[in-house]
Amino acid sequence: MSVSQRPTGTIRRVGTLLAVAGLVFAACSSASTPSPSAAPATAAPSPSSAAASAAPATPAASATASAVTESLAGQTVTVIGTWGGSEADAFKQMVAPWEQQTGAKVAYTGTRDLNTVLTTGVASGVLPDLAGLPGPGQMQQWADSLVDLGTVLDVPTYTSETAAPLVDLGTVNGKLVGVFIKTAVKGLIWYDPKTLTDLATTPPTTWDALQQYITANKSKAKAPWCLGVESGAASGWPGTDWIEDIVLRQSGPDVYNQWWQGKIKWTDPQIKQAWQTFGEVVASSYGGADTVNTTNFANAGDPLFKSPPGCLFLHQASFITGLGAFKTLKAGTDYNFFQFPDINAQYTGAVEGAGDLFGMFHDTPAARSLMAYLVTAPAQDIWVKIGGALSANKNATDYPDDIAKRSAAILTNAKIFVFDASDLMPTAMNDAFWKGIVDYIKDPTQLDSILANLDTVQTQAYAPQ
Amino acid sequence: MDPRLVTAIVVVVGVPAVLIGYIVLTEQVLRLFPERLKPKVRPWLWLAPALTFLLVWLIYPTIGTAIRSFQNSAGTKFVGFDNFVYVFTNPAMQGALKNNAIWLVLLTALAVGLGLLIAVLVDRVRYEPVAKSFIFLPLAISMVAASVIWQFMFAYRPPGEPQIGTLNAIAGAFGAGPVPWLTVSELSFNTILLVVVMAWMWTGFCMVIISAALKGINPELIEAARVDGANEWQVFRGIIFPLLLPTLAVVSTTIIITALKAFDIVYVMTNGNFDTEVIANRMYKEMFVNGSFGRASAIAIVLLLAIVPVMAMNIRRFRAQEAIR
Repeated sequence: MSVSQRPTGTIRRVGTLLAVAGLVFAACSSASTPSPSAAPATAAPSPSSAAASAAPATPAASATASAVTESLAGQTVTVIGTWGGSEADAFKQMVAPWEQQTGAKVAYTGTRDLNTVLTTGVASGVLPDLAGLPGPGQMQQWADSLVDLGTVLDVPTYTSETAAPLVDLGTVNGKLVGVFIKTAVKGLIWYDPKTLTDLATTPPTTWDALQQYITANKSKAKAPWCLGVESGAASGWPGTDWIEDIVLRQSGPDVYNQWWQGKIKWTDPQIKQAWQTFGEVVASSYGGADTVNTTNFANAGDPLFKSPPGCLFLHQASFITGLGAFKTLKAGTDYNFFQFPDINAQYTGAVEGAGDLFGMFHDTPAARSLMAYLVTAPAQDIWVKIGGALSANKNATDYPDDIAKRSAAILTNAKIFVFDASDLMPTAMNDAFWKGIVDYIKDPTQLDSILANLDTVQTQAYAPQ
Repeated sequence: MDPRLVTAIVVVVGVPAVLIGYIVLTEQVLRLFPERLKPKVRPWLWLAPALTFLLVWLIYPTIGTAIRSFQNSAGTKFVGFDNFVYVFTNPAMQGALKNNAIWLVLLTALAVGLGLLIAVLVDRVRYEPVAKSFIFLPLAISMVAASVIWQFMFAYRPPGEPQIGTLNAIAGAFGAGPVPWLTVSELSFNTILLVVVMAWMWTGFCMVIISAALKGINPELIEAARVDGANEWQVFRGIIFPLLLPTLAVVSTTIIITALKAFDIVYVMTNGNFDTEVIANRMYKEMFVNGSFGRASAIAIVLLLAIVPVMAMNIRRFRAQEAIR
């Protein structure tokens, strides 16, 4: 071989071989990468992998878990929700029996940015099979993309097992698209019975009585209230719960409903009055405005249990029992609650509830089976038993302690039931509400401009886009 | 086999393989062309994949965004300049524009200034590689990781409780009370703190580039100046700094673009609360929280137009440098 002749033939052959190898690798990997990753970035949506798998399954029409007998072995259901940490573990335990019975797998991804993932998903079509929905307001906007659960669940059974308001909240134009996996009662006042020994027998039932009690027992803690509104991108939401509870009991459910529907302005004197009452609470909170704005909601109640106690009361929903210092303490002995007192005797017995709404985006056999399983009492009992959750199903009664039983009773026996207002508002309004709370805590003198700004957002947020 | 291991192998082996394979393939294709056309066609064939990616993932979305910015959020009708009016009149946006101006000026001053200072000082020292590595290290982590680290630096607990935040612990050592650093919006103090976090990351980048340019300066010039009796400051001002100016310009434009794009740090640390809002965070909120695609697109276009002059300057500088070579 002469010097001028380069071994191009070899290079060519090796190069072509490498190119082919590379392409084969790429093709193999995209097929073997399991589709469970629910983030919109994944190429292969799960229905195609479900279709490619072996077992064809007939959808379970019955809503009871015992009828889940068909084999869905090898199939995967992608689920996304906002739960992380201990809540995500609880959900995994909830679906474990279903996985065992059917042989299918649940691939759960938790993200606090649920809104983002689902907004892009609905626009692009890349969606998980099941998803937690941010709230009934958002669910309405996505009603066209959600599967009609009337064909998945046994609707008469579901309706009889679930509290009527919760069924209604999941229905859009007669189509059932959302079901509640777990619920919570809002507006409970938590305290340490070892600090306030006489409270269990005679809790204050009116706002004035509560204020008198606070004045009488001021010396027992550094401040009357504990409050913490930090929560990442959702900072401010515990304050919105306060305002909602006040509006409900001060002005009644009609004003409350008109308010979240955008028919009452934020600058309305009734709403402004509620903010000012909240301002009094902030002024008497442990650590002052700076602490309130920088403390995460899960740890806000920890000062209740310090010695000397940092505060007398914490206003929070029933799910606080699974978070922060509450997690390690004993229900009843270490912590207890009473209901938010009445402000206006006319509206006594009003309760604000909330819950985790679930919807289905892809109609696959495995997804149908999972959805049908999740609404049954045995499934919901699993999370209820772990603690920190209430069930939407009336037959789920496996509550771990007296506290949980009492919370559940409040929900089922509510005379006036409303859903969390900020979850019902359009997301732009909700976001501005959260921000308004943070700004108000920082500088209460700005209330008028904050409310005026909320009015501006209201006109834009509720307008048909 | 763990799917992540498969992905790792695919990336490490597959990417070079595909690259080499593609080049060999194009050589085969070129054989079909007459000899004199080969040098003209070859660059286009080699650039084809990159150009395709640019077209699909850069040009097309940019045009799409520009069109969207004139539509309502559902994309059903054109609303003229309404979205742009919103961008400049909405109070939150105005706050964001003001903050981005602070980011621009302060980040460039800090990152480039400190980078220059450290590059010049460290040039004379024996432990130069070690020092440079330490300064460069923060650039290796993601901005979200940096935000989490600095959140602990700024952490606040009520007075009387043990302070877990570094700054508040130091303040406590001097007898001062804890300060809720990130909520102090007077004089844009919290925005300045966020800029410091970004500067902490990017000083290393500036330092490395300036250091390389510094070493490119002819040592005979400096020797001659010293022999003539110039002191260090005069050497720096008269010789080093003017010769570094082209490099400083390039580095500055990169940092300016980074400042205009700032998002992760604001999103993680304050989410735009307490007057720390920035344009990129507003765009994210409009897009994903409010679902107002039209307004988000308008914000994106405004950002693009703000960056274009900086980019143009960068390219001109780059061309001038290439011409010198």
